[in-house]
Amino acid sequence: MSEQPLLSVENLTVRFAMNRRGLFSPATHLYAVDDVSFHVNRGETLAIVGESGSGKTTAALAAARLVTAYEGRVVLDGQDVLPLEGEELRQMRQKVQFIFQDPYSSLNPRQRAEEIVRDPLQSLTDTPAAEQQEITERLFAQVGLRPEQRRLFPHQFSGGQRQRIGIARALATQPELVICDEPVSALDVAVQAQILNLLSALQEEFGLTYLFISHDLGVVQHMCDSVAVMYMGKIVEHADRKSLFNNPLHPYTAALLSAVPSVDKTLREKSKRILIPGDPPDPTQKQVGCRFASRCPVAQDQCRLSEPPLTEIAPNHRVACHLVDEKAISPL
Amino acid sequence: MTEPLLKVQNLRVELTTRNGTAPVIDDVSFELHAGENLSFVGESGCGKSMTALAIMGLLPEGIGRITAGSIMFDGQELTELSQERLRRIRGNDISMIFQEPMTSLNPVYTIGEQIVEVLLAHQSISRADAWAEAATLLDAVRIPKARERLKDYPFQLSGGQRQRVMIAIALACKPKVLIADEPTTALDVTVQAQIFDLLRDLRQETGTSIILITHDMGAVAEMAERMIVMYAGRIAEIGAVDDIIGTPRHPYTKGLISCVPHVLAHVTDEKQPLTEVPGIVPSLREFGKDQCLFASRCQHRTQQCLTARPQSVNFDGAQSADCWHAGTL
Repeated sequence: MSEQPLLSVENLTVRFAMNRRGLFSPATHLYAVDDVSFHVNRGETLAIVGESGSGKTTAALAAARLVTAYEGRVVLDGQDVLPLEGEELRQMRQKVQFIFQDPYSSLNPRQRAEEIVRDPLQSLTDTPAAEQQEITERLFAQVGLRPEQRRLFPHQFSGGQRQRIGIARALATQPELVICDEPVSALDVAVQAQILNLLSALQEEFGLTYLFISHDLGVVQHMCDSVAVMYMGKIVEHADRKSLFNNPLHPYTAALLSAVPSVDKTLREKSKRILIPGDPPDPTQKQVGCRFASRCPVAQDQCRLSEPPLTEIAPNHRVACHLVDEKAISPL
Repeated sequence: MTEPLLKVQNLRVELTTRNGTAPVIDDVSFELHAGENLSFVGESGCGKSMTALAIMGLLPEGIGRITAGSIMFDGQELTELSQERLRRIRGNDISMIFQEPMTSLNPVYTIGEQIVEVLLAHQSISRADAWAEAATLLDAVRIPKARERLKDYPFQLSGGQRQRVMIAIALACKPKVLIADEPTTALDVTVQAQIFDLLRDLRQETGTSIILITHDMGAVAEMAERMIVMYAGRIAEIGAVDDIIGTPRHPYTKGLISCVPHVLAHVTDEKQPLTEVPGIVPSLREFGKDQCLFASRCQHRTQQCLTARPQSVNFDGAQSADCWHAGTL
C-alpha cells in the first residue's frame, strides 16, 4: 500500500481485571481484545464484525482512548495516540468521534438538540461562540433536520431523528475518523436505510473515514471497503470487501455468512448452511489452540494444540486458520 | 379445504390513550391452518404484536380491548370466553415466546421449576413425572446435559439457551399454535440460525402451527409459507411468501424488501444507494382514518389515496394487497 493509513492499530490488547476468588489468589484478567492489529485507509470504511462479546466495540473504544489499552500501539494520522495526555489528548479527540448504538440513551435528555450538537465544540475546541452557532446550524441542515427542531429535547424526536442528532454531534469537530458503533441496529428497517444513505453521503462530502462496527453482515457488505472479523478478542479474518464476501476463508466467517437468512431463493438453495453448534467458550479461561476449535466443523488435532497466527495468504487477505494455505481455498 | 385452526375475522382492537381511542388493529382478517407457518412483518408500531396479544387474550388491561370481530380457535370463539377458560387454553393450546429471553424468565426460580409449573398447571401428572418431562423437553430443545441444567437459574444460561428454555416452556403442553414474537431479535446471527433450525425441526416433529412475528424479510423467506405485511394496524398485503417476495404488490412491501441491504452471493465493486422509504410510521392519532395510511410515505400517492381507505385487490395464488394502485404498479 503506497498511502499511509489514517489509523493503524498494532498488537492492541485490552484486559479487564476479574474478581479475585480469595485474598491470596493471583489476579486474573479477561482479555477482551487480544493482540489485535488492523489499519483503516483515509476515506475508506473498515467494518469490524463479530458476535456480541467478541471485543469489537472494546477494540474501537481503546483506539479512541475511551478505555485503557494494556499493550499495543495506535497511530492516528502519524501520531502515536496511546501516550498522549492533557492538551494533546484534547486535540486528538477532535479527530476521532463516536456514533453510538442506542440513540435513546446516548443523548442527554435534559439538553436541547442544539446544545447536544454544540457540546463537542465547546469542550474540545476553542471555536468562538458565534461560529459555534453557525456550525451547529449548518450541521442540522446537513443531517436532514429542520432549523426549528434545534430547540427541541431528545424525547421529542423519533429514533431515526435522534440518530441524526448523534451524527451531527459526531461531525461537529470536523473529525477525520468517525467510529460508528452499530449505528442502525436499534432502528426500524425503513429508517435504517435512511441513516445508512446519510452516512454514505456524508462520507463522500467530507472525505470521512469510518470504523464501522456491526453484527449485521448485510449492512457491512453495503457500507464497507474492508472487513475484520473478530471472534473472542482475536481477528480471525481481515480482507477487502470483495475477497471476504466472495471467498470467505475462515470457517467462522463462512458460518457467519451462511447464518444470515436471505430473501433470495436461489442463493438460499445454493448456499449450504454451516452449523456451528453451541456457544463461545468461557472467555475467562485461557484458551490453548484456536479459539474457534470447539465449534469448528473441520477442526483437527493441531487446531486444539497451537493457536494459528493471522497470516497474509493473498494480497489484502489475512486469515488465522491452520487449514488455509497459499491456495486460498476454504477448508469447508 | 379443511377448516382452519385459527380464523380471525374483521378484528378491531382499540387502545385508550390520552388523545382518545385509536384502533391499533383495524379490520384484520386471516386464517391459520394446522401445521402452517404464518409470518407477520412490518415496522414497530404497526400492530404485529398487538394481533398476537389479542389472540392470546393478553391485551393490556383497561387500555386495550377488542371492539369488533371474532377469533375462532378450534371451534371456540375466543373473544367470548371467560378468563378462566382462556387461561386453560393459554400455554396449553396456544403459547407464546417473547422477544427478550433475558426478561421473560423469572430470575429467582430455576428453569426446571419454571417448566414444571406449566406442566402442573395444564396437565394432570405427578410432580416426579413433570420433572422427567421437563428434562425431556430441555433435551428436545438441544440443551446439553438437560437433567443437570434443570437446576440452573436463568442467569447461568446464555441468551440463546434462555430462548431455548422459553421454547421448551412454550412447547411443554404440545400447543396447537405457537406464537413467536421476534424470537431472535436479541440474539446473534449464528444463534438465530440455531433457533430457526430448532423451530423448524420441532414443527416437523409435533405439527405445531407457528405464527412468526418479525421485521426481517430474510427470516420470513426461510421460515414461513404465508405472510402478512402489516402497516398502521391494517393488513397491507397477504399471500404466499414466494409470491410476495417475488412480486410485491403493495408499495410498502416493496419498500420493506428493497430498503434492507441483503447479503449478496457475489460482491462487485459497485455500491448502490439503498432505496429509502421516507418518513416514519404514523402516530396513533392517524390510525383508523378513512384513507391510505401509507400515503404520506408513498411515491405513487394520488388524491384517491387521501380520501378513501383502499380495498383489497386480489391476485392469483391468494395474494392480495390493500392499495388503490396495486393492479397497475
